[in-house]
Amino acid sequence: MPLGLRIALVHLTSRRRQSLMSLLGIALGVAFFMAVSSLMRGSERDFIERLVDSAPHITVSDEFRTLPPQPVTLAYSGGAVALHGLKPKTETRGIRGYRQKLAFIADMPGVRVAPVLSGQAILTFAGKEQGVTINGVVPELMAGVSDIDEKFVAGSLDALSADPNGIVIGRALARKLYLDMGDSLNISSPTGLVRTVKIVGLFETGTSAVDENQAYVLLKRAQALLGRTNRANRLVIQLDDPYAARELATAIESQVGYRAQSWQEASENLMSVLLIRNIIMYSVVSAILVVAAFGIFNVISTVVMEKRRDIAILKSIGFHAKDVRRIFLAEGAIIGGAGSLLGIALGYGLIAALGVVKIHPPGVSQAVNMPVYWGIDQILMGVAFAMISAAGAAYLPARKAGRVHPVDILRGGMT
Amino acid sequence: MTEVLRAERVTRVLPGAIPVTLVRDVSLSIGRGEFVSIQGPSGSGKSSLLYLLGLLDSPSAGKVWLDGVDTSAFGEDELAEVRLEKLGFVFQFHFLLPEFTVLENVMLPMARLGRLSPEERSERAETLIADLGLGDQLRKRPDQLSGGQRQRVAIARAMANEPLVILADEPTGNLDTAASANVQQILSRVAHDLNRTVVAVTHDSDFARAGDRIIRIVDGRIESDG
Repeated sequence: MPLGLRIALVHLTSRRRQSLMSLLGIALGVAFFMAVSSLMRGSERDFIERLVDSAPHITVSDEFRTLPPQPVTLAYSGGAVALHGLKPKTETRGIRGYRQKLAFIADMPGVRVAPVLSGQAILTFAGKEQGVTINGVVPELMAGVSDIDEKFVAGSLDALSADPNGIVIGRALARKLYLDMGDSLNISSPTGLVRTVKIVGLFETGTSAVDENQAYVLLKRAQALLGRTNRANRLVIQLDDPYAARELATAIESQVGYRAQSWQEASENLMSVLLIRNIIMYSVVSAILVVAAFGIFNVISTVVMEKRRDIAILKSIGFHAKDVRRIFLAEGAIIGGAGSLLGIALGYGLIAALGVVKIHPPGVSQAVNMPVYWGIDQILMGVAFAMISAAGAAYLPARKAGRVHPVDILRGGMT
Repeated sequence: MTEVLRAERVTRVLPGAIPVTLVRDVSLSIGRGEFVSIQGPSGSGKSSLLYLLGLLDSPSAGKVWLDGVDTSAFGEDELAEVRLEKLGFVFQFHFLLPEFTVLENVMLPMARLGRLSPEERSERAETLIADLGLGDQLRKRPDQLSGGQRQRVAIARAMANEPLVILADEPTGNLDTAASANVQQILSRVAHDLNRTVVAVTHDSDFARAGDRIIRIVDGRIESDG
């Protein structure tokens, strides 16, 4: 064993209890760092996964990023007369010529697209009324852009094709209205139309807002109910590479004219919340390691004070100041390294324990495991932070030790 | 006799609000194999002179020459290297590392120098310790030894790297008469049989008389040399 390391170990074992407490401080710091980081990364990945899997990667809506000018403005552009109180041109809402736009997008490589017409309607059954969002879909196209098929507990989306009067609702909504598969109910649209529809599928996504408020019918049925023949108000797009959504959305928007919003753009606020949450949590967890580093500072400072005579002996023998500094830096590294190893083991245990804890988040109807992420990067980050803290804590006392002037100690010891 | 150590008009002043002169304009020359005793009243500057000669302290003025080399321009690391290779120290309170065994304490300077393999270091340390009559105490720690035994271990450690000069500061100051005589004999043998220079600061007149030469210091100056 190198001499400096041997001396460092002797010093630490001479203050066994203090060294052990410092080591435990680092171990707990690394363990909590790993566990919290694992939870944060896990929940972030879970969130993005849900976002990417369940929400469209790109949504083309019947809106414009910049409103098109009204005909009168075009006719009198730059004129000396200002016209006020003009009523905009009345149009049926929705994407005009959606079929051509759908075909154009569908031709792009790695892209799946489906039209949707959404609107508000009221379901009525046995004197009970429930407002829902009805989504008119083409089942065979919808299967390519949504994972709703996987959420069915009875029937399927395809059953809509077999029964044009069919409707698919969430199981939670069905329970609310005492409905079940095969039951008929009335649906009323804002245009005043009332139709009788039959339940051909029940789904359960686990998200209350969806399970209690969303319903699916055939696109043609929705167009008739909402009075928007030949219109869809959304083109829902899924990509083979979800992370190409931002660039592709720009390209699509420039071609079709309507607003194309990528999932990244739609979630920008949430992403910044996640970022702020990460900064806060990492700061808090890092503070544990900084506090633990004070323990290292304390133990090494004490050793330096106690071993001033030994330091003087070593320097009188011929040890350089840097040799002495290295001894005390090695002490920091030993505590940091051993604490990190113990912390990794503790951290793994903590993550495993957290991974089996069931939670019931608000808005989710099923209990889910806490999302944890097992990644080498969080271990490396924790250990790196612990080692930097340990080195920082050891540096000051080590520098002080290196500056010990042997004559001051020797003279004091001999008088 | 070949000159090993030379002080040339060496002065050491402790700076402060009221500067204190520890050593004043001292010049001397010490040859190889000489056993020199430095005597003087308490506070006369004899230990300070020893630290200057041992390159543990740097003079405020003047020069110290070791083995024909002027050390006045040396930095801290170079001085440490010279101490490691050419000088050995014995202090009044032995100053052994308490957590290390006798063998490990003696091996310490050799380990730092790094010229010998671990086996060679161990072998040499064992020989040195055995020569000083402590062959059966190798694995003991300093607190398990008597004062005289500890001082002999300190001498073995000072001899570890075969230095040109051994500097001893009151080596018998803390020992009884028998142990003092033993240490004095050992240092005398080191000088005369092994041809190493020994410079020892002492209050003990018997010890001083065993030397080839006595330098008397009063108020930081050499009062007599002979």
